[in-house]
Amino acid sequence: MKARSADFWSGLVLGGLGAYIIATASQWEYLGQDGPGPGFFPLWYGIAMSALSLVLVFSSLKSQTRIDWSDAPRALAAWGAFALMCAAFKLIGFLPAFALLTFFLVAVMYRRPLKVAAAVSAGLTAGFYVLFPLALGVKLP
Amino acid sequence: MEVISGLMQGFAVALQPMNLLWCFLGVVLGTVVGVMPGLGPPATIAMLLPLTFLMNPASAMIMLAGIYYGAKYGGSTTSILLNVPGESASVATCIDGYQMARKGRAGAALGIAAIASFIAGTVGVLGLMLIAPPLARVSLAFSSPEYFALMALGLAMVVLLAGESMVKALLATLVGLWLAGIGTDLFSQTSRFTFGRMELLSGIDFVVVAIGVFAIGEVLANMRERGGAPAIALPKGVRNLLPTMQDLKDSRFAFANGSVVGFFIGVLPGAGSTIASFISYGLEKAVSRHPEKFGHGAVEGVAAPEGANNAETGGALIPMLTLGIPGSSTTAVLLAALVLWGFKPGPLFIPENPALFWGLVASMYIGNVMLLILNLPLVPLFAQVLRAPTYVLYPLILGISVVGVYSTSGSLFDVWLLAGFGLGGYLMRKLDYPSAPLILGLVLGGAMERALRQSLMMSDGSLGILVSRPVSAVMLSLALLILLIPLFGKFNGWRLKALK
Repeated sequence: MKARSADFWSGLVLGGLGAYIIATASQWEYLGQDGPGPGFFPLWYGIAMSALSLVLVFSSLKSQTRIDWSDAPRALAAWGAFALMCAAFKLIGFLPAFALLTFFLVAVMYRRPLKVAAAVSAGLTAGFYVLFPLALGVKLP
Repeated sequence: MEVISGLMQGFAVALQPMNLLWCFLGVVLGTVVGVMPGLGPPATIAMLLPLTFLMNPASAMIMLAGIYYGAKYGGSTTSILLNVPGESASVATCIDGYQMARKGRAGAALGIAAIASFIAGTVGVLGLMLIAPPLARVSLAFSSPEYFALMALGLAMVVLLAGESMVKALLATLVGLWLAGIGTDLFSQTSRFTFGRMELLSGIDFVVVAIGVFAIGEVLANMRERGGAPAIALPKGVRNLLPTMQDLKDSRFAFANGSVVGFFIGVLPGAGSTIASFISYGLEKAVSRHPEKFGHGAVEGVAAPEGANNAETGGALIPMLTLGIPGSSTTAVLLAALVLWGFKPGPLFIPENPALFWGLVASMYIGNVMLLILNLPLVPLFAQVLRAPTYVLYPLILGISVVGVYSTSGSLFDVWLLAGFGLGGYLMRKLDYPSAPLILGLVLGGAMERALRQSLMMSDGSLGILVSRPVSAVMLSLALLILLIPLFGKFNGWRLKALK
């Protein structure tokens, strides 16, 4: 089977979202006694989204645009680490979680020596602590 | 003569040593608040409100207003340096400001932002001083159909923000409209697209989406570089860190455009600085002799939206002071402050409280000069942030993003949304979907739907109301004209040339 372009798949996803919006909005009141209901506006942008997605899908069949995904593993690894940090907030709080994320990014993603990673991690974490909770009184997660 | 004598009286109030001190404190605090994403002026002013009961009302108003317009000066800093827009009005600045920074011109971008803010801020105060009462009455003529038309005009700017594919730009805008619709419908109390999550009942804050898509998305997209060199080149020498004469010459029209557009949109309650900055950016690109530079680091692309953002402050104070109508959350808090101090903002506010009004006007002139003096020397200092190697800069951006989002809502759910939108921002970059239209749709979506539904209620469901009123008809025609540009070969050729 011939590989489809990224525009084809993104068009399909957005078309799906458009269909979901139409299906959901059509369950809400469209026009009531007091005027347009909660379904009025979403229904129209849902229709527009579905129509434009179709245009994108069909135009992608004519011209194939290739995307270089070679950087995706690194981006996903960094995003995974960031998501893990977010999950760790509840357990260990922002500062330790942020220190761990910084250490990971510097040592693993950028392959810096462990000493450098530890120094950057400690320095940034201390900076955040001094600036936000201490100096500005901002609450951290 | 009345204006001159009023202004003299105002300077007599504003130049009192204690008031100068409060003004300085306000603008410094405002700049700090503006630099920190998520720490908005409304929250800061609200927090400081109890302290102002011990102060003279004129001094308190001078300080609180200083925070308001000082934050707008500071708001451009993170947008230009880190691609982190701290407020919705700074999103338009990200487009060219960050590109200038990537080309080693962060200092020039910050400098132009400060100068544009100074010029437009001063024009805004001039407008506040000269045409406050008559303009406030004109703004009352703006009803729901006109607001809908204004929002539609703002959304039409998507044509000028689009990348190579207009379809993708429109789809991004529609996703923004959908995101704006998430939450409780204020008319019927129906919860929409909340997936059963309590946290989504109050909707999604633009800060979460903007920081996720712009800042986190940018970090992820740059992860391909394994080296530790600074992410962005920075020229040596302070002179190279400031705008050149050519930059100033190129920005002449942008300063004027931002000042006028920002002020007049600011006068309209509820329109806000976001729409002002986007319209001003679109207008600047539309009339530019070099539209191809926009989106790639055009200095005018920073001057116009930054100017509009700052001129809006003077405009926004007009309906608040002369009609008692706050146009934004910040002016709502300022209005609450005035009421708590025992004043009655409205048509009689200026005649009954000349010392307070003219003192405020004069302090804004002084505050704008203070901000320019304060910000220009800070440009080289702020620009040093970019000398940091990527392995220091990127964790810093991720940390600031989380703190910015959490400090706005105090919700861990929003931090998860931030992570989700960050991944979305990365995918948008890879798939060549422009980010600015998404934010534009998100910011304008709620107000646009409200205005449309109110218009249709006024007309018993007839869409004719949108075209039967002259102001609304003109604005809708303009919006339609802009949206149709891609259909005309010649103009679309111009737009595509602009992209290349």
